[in-house]
Amino acid sequence: MKILVCISHVPDTTSKINFTENNSTFDKNGVQFIINPNDEFGLTRAIWFKEKNNATVDVINVGLQDTESTLRKALAIGADKAIRINQQPKDGYSVAKHISDYIDNNSYDLIIAGRESIDYNGGMVPGMISAFTNINFIDKCIELNISGDSVEASREIEGGKENILTKLPLIIGGQKGLVEENDLRIPNMRGIMMARKKELKVIEVSGDYEATNSKSFEKPLPKGDVTLVSENEIEKLIDLLHNEAKAI
Amino acid sequence: MDILIFAETDEKGNLKKDALEIASYAHEICSKTKGKVKAICFNSTNPKKLSEYGVKKIINSKNEKLKNFDAGIYSDCISEIFSNENCDILILSSSSNSKYIGGILAVKIDAGYVTNVISKPVEGNKLSVLRNTFTNKAFETVEITKRKIILAISKNSFGLKENPVESEISEFNFNISDARNKVTSVEKTLNKVTIADADIVVSGGRGLKGPENWHLIENLAEVLGGATACSKPVSDLGWRPHSEHVGQTGKPVSSNLYIAVGISGAIQHLAGVSSSKVKVVINTDPEAPFFKAADYGIVGDAFEVVPKLIDKLKEFKSAND
Repeated sequence: MKILVCISHVPDTTSKINFTENNSTFDKNGVQFIINPNDEFGLTRAIWFKEKNNATVDVINVGLQDTESTLRKALAIGADKAIRINQQPKDGYSVAKHISDYIDNNSYDLIIAGRESIDYNGGMVPGMISAFTNINFIDKCIELNISGDSVEASREIEGGKENILTKLPLIIGGQKGLVEENDLRIPNMRGIMMARKKELKVIEVSGDYEATNSKSFEKPLPKGDVTLVSENEIEKLIDLLHNEAKAI
Repeated sequence: MDILIFAETDEKGNLKKDALEIASYAHEICSKTKGKVKAICFNSTNPKKLSEYGVKKIINSKNEKLKNFDAGIYSDCISEIFSNENCDILILSSSSNSKYIGGILAVKIDAGYVTNVISKPVEGNKLSVLRNTFTNKAFETVEITKRKIILAISKNSFGLKENPVESEISEFNFNISDARNKVTSVEKTLNKVTIADADIVVSGGRGLKGPENWHLIENLAEVLGGATACSKPVSDLGWRPHSEHVGQTGKPVSSNLYIAVGISGAIQHLAGVSSSKVKVVINTDPEAPFFKAADYGIVGDAFEVVPKLIDKLKEFKSAND
């Protein structure tokens, strides 16, 4: 089984979000970058398939050279090969199209992407890849078992889950549940050493595929102070929620 | 410039509140551009309701095969109507199912697709909109460079606006192929408000000390008619199911009222819930970061405050009903 995991290079969840160049660009100054958490759950499941079913695991990213540290981390966790499409990612549409072009030229049985990246929160790349490549698609996938080419999976729905039977090739929008938080792996020394020797292929592409254009960013205004209510005056809270906030 | 909205229904065929909100949004755009708002819905029992929110043409397809959501089938049907009706803009809600099909539709109809939209479009040279990004830590202005456009509107960002119009309701018979993914079973708690649909969400953190104390959260949610949720550590500890985890790596919450009990307010949690309109925090620690993000707060022990709050809310409810 050949697996491709799409990796987004995103700021750590605790990062301060600031913008530069007249509020047009995310300020990377002092920011730690990580594998997008939704992608990491998928990557960890892919490594599980590698260990149990002898799958091969490639990871792919659309980005400039600064994203290679994140791809190397994926290799250190256990991926076999990394592919970097050398382009500044412009929007979800262009990222999905570049990855789909790569999939068309290199067939995969299973493609795993996080359901959403925690930076731009587009949540569109896996669905777009499925449409570009005409591959079966399960979004918000929380369980994935494969035997031969038949797939048993679950997807999160509002208030519960749906169990699904489908076939490879398949693309999923992954998230927590594929593996648990404590299944995630921290790269060890041996992994890091081996990752240096693994192939990281850089692909040059031409063509602008973007469908949208990011113009500017702004930050929310600072919030006003909290109104504190004494625990002996609960009626006052209810009155504020009813008459002032109109929330109940 | 005609607009198509995908108006979602619940299991009983009733239009969801989100459907009425995106209808209101679409009407607002059309009031300036002289276009028409059209809607597609599947097996709706009350399609006419859309006309109260400005929809002039309602296509309601009644078909057993459309009873259960399938991303492939739904996106085929919606794109067929979009092109038949010569629309330029498709408006979706931000529900799980709409997000599932949004990316597929963008490719099928070759559209510029923007999610988490929180404002009306601004027309310049090209249409642009404001959206939430970086998990509500920033707003982004995005311009759409393709001719066709899909916008997924953030829940509760626009609200409901009644605009009664004369409307035409028609049926449409799709030629539906078999689903490629077969749903074998659904596991769902019945008669429980979901986080996505709830106007009020009551959420518990580690301050509740254990899963055996969750009746406090459940009872408070029940008296308010809200959904229950939890912080990341609570779901990681297995006290509550993952589906209740809200925050940056869990579910986003954009309810009208969010009540956090025993949650200190880690930056990832606050980001995930910050688009909720009114936030209330109950915590023993006055230094808890959540107090800086909340609108109302009580410094106190959840085990004492919550039962009192439930009692007082019951009195309030019976006095106001």
